[in-house]
Amino acid sequence: MLCQDCNKNESTVHLTQIVNNKKVVLNLCKDCAEKRGFHSPFENMPFPLAEFVTGMVGIGKSAPARPGKKPGKPKKCPFCGMSFEDFGKVGRLGCGKCYSTFRNDLTDLMRKIHGSCEHRGKIPAGTSNAMKPVREERLLREELKRAIEKEDFEKAAELRDKINELASKV
Amino acid sequence: MSLAMIDEMAAKPAPWLSGEGPDSFAVLSSRIRLARNISEFPFPPAAGTDVREKLIDYVSAAFDKIPVLKNGSFYRSADIDPMNQKFLVERHLISPEFMRDGIGRGLYIDDQEKISVMVNEEDHLRLQVISSGMSLADCWEDANKVESDLAGIVEFDFNDTFGYLTSCPTNVGTGLRASILIHLPALVLTRKIDDVIGRISKVGLMVRGFYGEGTDVLGNLFQISNQTTLGRTEEEIIDSLAKVSSQILEYEKSAQETLMKDAPEQIEDKVWRSYGILNNARVLTSNEVMNLLSALRLGLSLELTDKITYKELNELMIMTQPAHLQKLVGREMGNTERDMIRANLVRERLGGSGKS
Repeated sequence: MLCQDCNKNESTVHLTQIVNNKKVVLNLCKDCAEKRGFHSPFENMPFPLAEFVTGMVGIGKSAPARPGKKPGKPKKCPFCGMSFEDFGKVGRLGCGKCYSTFRNDLTDLMRKIHGSCEHRGKIPAGTSNAMKPVREERLLREELKRAIEKEDFEKAAELRDKINELASKV
Repeated sequence: MSLAMIDEMAAKPAPWLSGEGPDSFAVLSSRIRLARNISEFPFPPAAGTDVREKLIDYVSAAFDKIPVLKNGSFYRSADIDPMNQKFLVERHLISPEFMRDGIGRGLYIDDQEKISVMVNEEDHLRLQVISSGMSLADCWEDANKVESDLAGIVEFDFNDTFGYLTSCPTNVGTGLRASILIHLPALVLTRKIDDVIGRISKVGLMVRGFYGEGTDVLGNLFQISNQTTLGRTEEEIIDSLAKVSSQILEYEKSAQETLMKDAPEQIEDKVWRSYGILNNARVLTSNEVMNLLSALRLGLSLELTDKITYKELNELMIMTQPAHLQKLVGREMGNTERDMIRANLVRERLGGSGKS
């Protein structure tokens, strides 16, 4: 079997990765494997998901052709100048402000990548006191919605009480 | 900063290969990595050299103020020559990505090689804590502490919805990648590994094995890590990885029992044959050593041999990597010479049939 990168040499490195429940097999020659950074288990392997991001962004379909938006004038990040189309090509955002600029598009992408678009982990110490109840309430409301959808009314009542309790504190 | 500390490191094995910690018969190491970016600076892939240099100055000054980071050294990528770069990659302290263009990057390593920070890799900071055995919770505790200390000095890019912001959206939220390096020889031998990998990938984790020639997994080593970083707390991510890992260890143990029940002679033969080759060969490739050491490790966990310890096995695996051998000899070598030096080193370490 020929190397899938250079199509010249015989492939000797066969790498199998499971990403998003799909098996991805790479058949590479030694040189191309090294170029991609696959040396041995003792070296940090590059994280493969990043390569799939560009595929998931789906540029060309959704971004420019949105109804109600002027075509041909793509939104650009005011801080670093990156457009969502640029992001689709490289799979990397330019700066922290890009996340606010492209919030809507990114929310969809986050769901595809992480199955979630809501951070639940650590919060920087300075913001934690002010933001914590607000965040908690929003998460509880989401959970409440899910409980009602599932017709788990016992849980829904419990969640409603928690939300009320939280609201009385704020 | 001089490279003297890197030379010192090369003379001794990495502490995270000590073979200590829970389940170290199969779990070689645990690692926590946190991605963070500093507000008001563009992410490294979008930043020019001057901005990157400014960021290095800014964060290295912050490192100086943190007590936990007192006992370490800071390097700039331009000062690290190619051989040392390869050495640091084998040592798990930098990524191949880090050495790709070598401009405007920095590296902090503490003297225990437990805590390290890559500056200006894909994100401004990639904080890593690595230690021996199944020790993710312990690594997270250290990483969390260093991160909190840093957050008291610099402001991280954080957004109320998406959490910590990263250059690539696959790392956003917690910015946490937890992983273990695990040895699963019996699951490979009994051909159950694909089934196990399939099951793991269904629970939001990712498994990677490195395939050498043919279908054998090199050294029967796998890396298991969390696939997603957003929507769960750090503790939940680490807990699920730890739970699944202990499940996999149970599968591995039961596969080892099956092997010993069905084919004890063949397993014993495989173990001692490997010992014989390692102890007598005059030329050894890196891949061959990995696979032979894997058989010996299986023999040790089945109590078929006591000729070697887990610590020695771990150390040999890394000391026989190409850049480690070249650091040991002190110069670059071709493949053929390396394979001979490697065989000598293995024989010496195993206390076998002397020098050729």
